[in-house]
Amino acid sequence: MGKRIGIEVSLAVSEAAKLANVDVVSAYPITPQTHIVEHLSELVADGHLDAEFIPVESEHSAMSACIGAAAAGARTFTSTCAQGLALMLEICYIAAALRLPIVMAMANRSLSGPISIWNDHGDLMMARDSGWIQVVAENGQEAFDLTIQAFRIAEDHRVLLPVIVNLDGFTCSHVIEPMEMLSQEEVDRYLPPYKPKMWLDLNNPITMGAVGIPDVYTEAKKAQDEALKGAKPVVIEAWAEFAKLFGRKYQPVETYKTEGADTLLVTMGSTSETAMTAVDQMRAAGRKVGIVRIRLYRPFPKEEFLAAIKGAKQLAVMDRALAMSGMETGPLATEIKSVLYDQAQKPYVWNFIAGLAGRDITVENFTEMADGVEAAAADKLPQGATWTNVRE
Amino acid sequence: MAKETGMMSWKELALGCAVTRPGSAMDLKTGDWRSQRPVTDYEKCTKCGMCYIFCPDMVYTQKPDGFFEANMYYCKGCGICAKECPADAITMVEESV
Amino acid sequence: MKSAAEALKGFKKFNPKKLPVEEPLTPGHRACQGCGEVLALRQVMKALGHDTIVASATGCMEIITSSFPHSAWKVPWLHVAFENAAAVVSGIEVGYKALMRKGKIPEKKVTFVGMGGDGATADIGMQALSGALERGHNFIYLCFDNEAYMNTGIQRSSSTPYGASTTTSPAGKKSIGQSTWKKNMAAIAVAHGTPYVATCNPYYYLDLMNKAKKASLVEGPAYLHIYSPCPTGWRCNPEEALTTARLAVQSKVFPLYEVIDGKYVMSRKITKPKPVSEYFAIQRRFRHLSESDIAYIQQRVDEDYNKLLLLAGETPGGEGEGKED
Repeated sequence: MGKRIGIEVSLAVSEAAKLANVDVVSAYPITPQTHIVEHLSELVADGHLDAEFIPVESEHSAMSACIGAAAAGARTFTSTCAQGLALMLEICYIAAALRLPIVMAMANRSLSGPISIWNDHGDLMMARDSGWIQVVAENGQEAFDLTIQAFRIAEDHRVLLPVIVNLDGFTCSHVIEPMEMLSQEEVDRYLPPYKPKMWLDLNNPITMGAVGIPDVYTEAKKAQDEALKGAKPVVIEAWAEFAKLFGRKYQPVETYKTEGADTLLVTMGSTSETAMTAVDQMRAAGRKVGIVRIRLYRPFPKEEFLAAIKGAKQLAVMDRALAMSGMETGPLATEIKSVLYDQAQKPYVWNFIAGLAGRDITVENFTEMADGVEAAAADKLPQGATWTNVRE
Repeated sequence: MAKETGMMSWKELALGCAVTRPGSAMDLKTGDWRSQRPVTDYEKCTKCGMCYIFCPDMVYTQKPDGFFEANMYYCKGCGICAKECPADAITMVEESV
Repeated sequence: MKSAAEALKGFKKFNPKKLPVEEPLTPGHRACQGCGEVLALRQVMKALGHDTIVASATGCMEIITSSFPHSAWKVPWLHVAFENAAAVVSGIEVGYKALMRKGKIPEKKVTFVGMGGDGATADIGMQALSGALERGHNFIYLCFDNEAYMNTGIQRSSSTPYGASTTTSPAGKKSIGQSTWKKNMAAIAVAHGTPYVATCNPYYYLDLMNKAKKASLVEGPAYLHIYSPCPTGWRCNPEEALTTARLAVQSKVFPLYEVIDGKYVMSRKITKPKPVSEYFAIQRRFRHLSESDIAYIQQRVDEDYNKLLLLAGETPGGEGEGKED
C-alpha cells in the first residue's frame, strides 16, 4: 500500500505524471494550473523525473509540441485551463484526429470574458466536441488516480485518444488533502510502458496529417467517432483493474444515496461533495434525495446514466458552465435531456446554473435545488433553468 | 480504385488517416497535365546535368552513358529544362493530341 | 555546445558531378508547372538525405505533397496546422531526445526539419518560430519564401516585396501594391542568436545544398531563408522560374549570405549588378510600377546591399567576386 500524505492536489497530479514516467512535458503556465507545471519542472530539474520539459511560449505551441513528441513515440503530458485551452483548441481537435495519447490535466477555470481566474466548467465544456476523452475528479485522490489511469486508457491500442483529467481550479487544485500516493512499483504494475502503434519512424516513414479530401474526410471522422465510442469499455476495464490492485473503485457514473430516491441532484466535480452533505441532511429529515455524479464525461456514458437515475421522478441538473444556445439550459442538462428523449419513463428535469467563476455553492443551495425541482415538477412548469445565487 | 482515389471504407483507413505507403504520390500521372514536352538533341548535350537538378518534378535520370533521360509519366512541360540548358540542347515541342 | 564554426570545420562541399541520387521527395506531387518552391525543397531534401523527419506547416508544399491518399514523402512527415511547424518540430526533436536518452530507442543522428512558407514563418507562425529558436532546439527551420500566401490565392504577406501586386495588396489607382518593405526574417533569426542562418536560392543549387547540409551539421537551431519562384503568383512564364531566381541575386534584391555564430559571410558578392528593372520586367506583379517607383526601389536595394556588405566586413563596391559555391 502506498503511503498516505498531506499534499497540495496540483503537486499530486505532477507526482502522478512523474510516477507514470512521462518522457516529455510541454506546458505553458496559466492560473490556476501553475503549480502543476512548476512542480513538474522542479522534479525534472532535480533529476527526480527523467523527462524533457519544454518551456513553450504559448499554449498553442504547448499542444503543438505535445503532438510532435507523441508522434515521435514519447509519453507526453501537459496541463492548461480556460484561455489556455481556448488558445490551443484547434490543435486539440487535431491531436484527437491524429490519435495521439496525450494526457492533459485541466484545472477547470471559467472562460473570458470577463476575464476570471476562478473555477467553473467553461473549459471542460469547451473541449467537449474536440474528440478527447474526459474524466472528472471530485477531490485530490481522484485527480491523482485519474491521471495515472489516463495514460493507461489513452495508450491502449483499442483507444489511442488523448485524455483530459478535469479537476476544479483552486477548489480542488490548490487544497492540501490527505491522500494515498501509489509507489513506483505499484504504478509500474498497473501502467505498461508506452508502445506507439504508429509513429514518425525512420524505418517506416509515414505521412501524418495528410489533406482530408472530400472523398476521405467523412470516413476519417467516422473512424475517430467509433474510436471514442469504443473507449468506454476500455475505461471501465482500466478502472476495474485499478480497483483490483489498489482498492479504489471508479465508475463512469457514480451515485450517492440514490436508493429509492424520487429526486436526484446531478453534479460533476468537487461540488458533488458539498451536495453529499446536503443529501445527508435531507435524508436525515426523511426526504428521498440522492446524487448522480458524472465521472466519465466523454464518451458520455448513456447506459450507466440511465441505470443510475432509474426510478427517479425529477432531476435537478447542476451546470457549472454555459452553452449560449439562446435556450434556457446549460450544456449538461441539454445533453441529459437528449439522453432521456426516447425513454418511456422520463424524469422531470430542471437546470440549475450555479458556481460560475468560483461563486460559492453552499449546502443550502443544494437543498434549494431539490426544493426547486420538486416544486416545478409539482406545478408542471415547462422545464427550464434557474441561475442560482444570481443578483437580480 | 481506393488506392488511387482514397475512397475506402472507414474501417480500412490507417490510424489517424495516415498515409502509410511512402511516396504513394508516384502513382499520380502528372504527365497528363502537359501541353508541350521537352526533346533533347543529344548531339548538343554536354551531360552537364542542369536539366536534372533544375526539374521541379524529378523527371530526368542519368543513364549509364551519362546522358539524361526524361520520364514522361511525370513531366508537366514547364520548360525550365529547355530554358536553362546551357547548350540549348532541349526544345519544347507541342504535345500531340 | 559546439559553435557553428566548430561544427562546420572541414565541411565537404557537394560535388556537382556527384550529387546525391536519392530523392526523399518523389515526383507525382501536385505543384504547378515550373514551381520554383518545390524545386528548392527537392534540392534541400537531396542534400539532407533520408534520416530526416519533417514537420510542415499548412501551405503550398504541404498541400501538393500530401493530398490523401498520395504522399510525395519518403521520410517521416507530420503536418498539424498553419502557424506551428516550429513548435511541432520542437516536440519531435525533444521526443526523440528523451527516448534516446532513456534508452527506449537506439541513438542515431536524425535531422529534424520544420518548414513553412513565408506566411507560415513571418506572419502567423512568427511566435512559434521565435520560441523554437530561443529555446535552442536542434533543428533546421526552412522558410520557403514565394513572397505571398500563394496557396490560398496570392494574398500579401509581410514578405511580399514593396511594390508587388497581390490580391490583398493590389496595384490600383490609389495603391502601389505592397506598401511596406519586405520583413527581414534572416535578421530576426540572427537576433535570436541562431548559430547558423543563411539565404538560399534554387538557381544557385550547389550553394543551397551546401547550406542545407551545413545546417544539419550545426548543433542547435539553423534557419534557412529560401527564395522560391512562383510563376503562378508572380505572373511570369513557368519556364522563367529560374530566370527570376538568377536575376533576384544578380540584381541584389535577394543577396546570398550566411551568418555563422553571428558573423556575416557573403556567399556571392555582386560587383556587376543587373538593374532591378530587369528583374521586374518578366514578372507581371510589378508591371504597374512607374519609373520613379523603380528608382526608389533600386536605391533601397543598393542601400540594403551595402549595409549587408558592411556587416560582412566587406567594402561596398569593392573589387573582386567574393563568391563561394
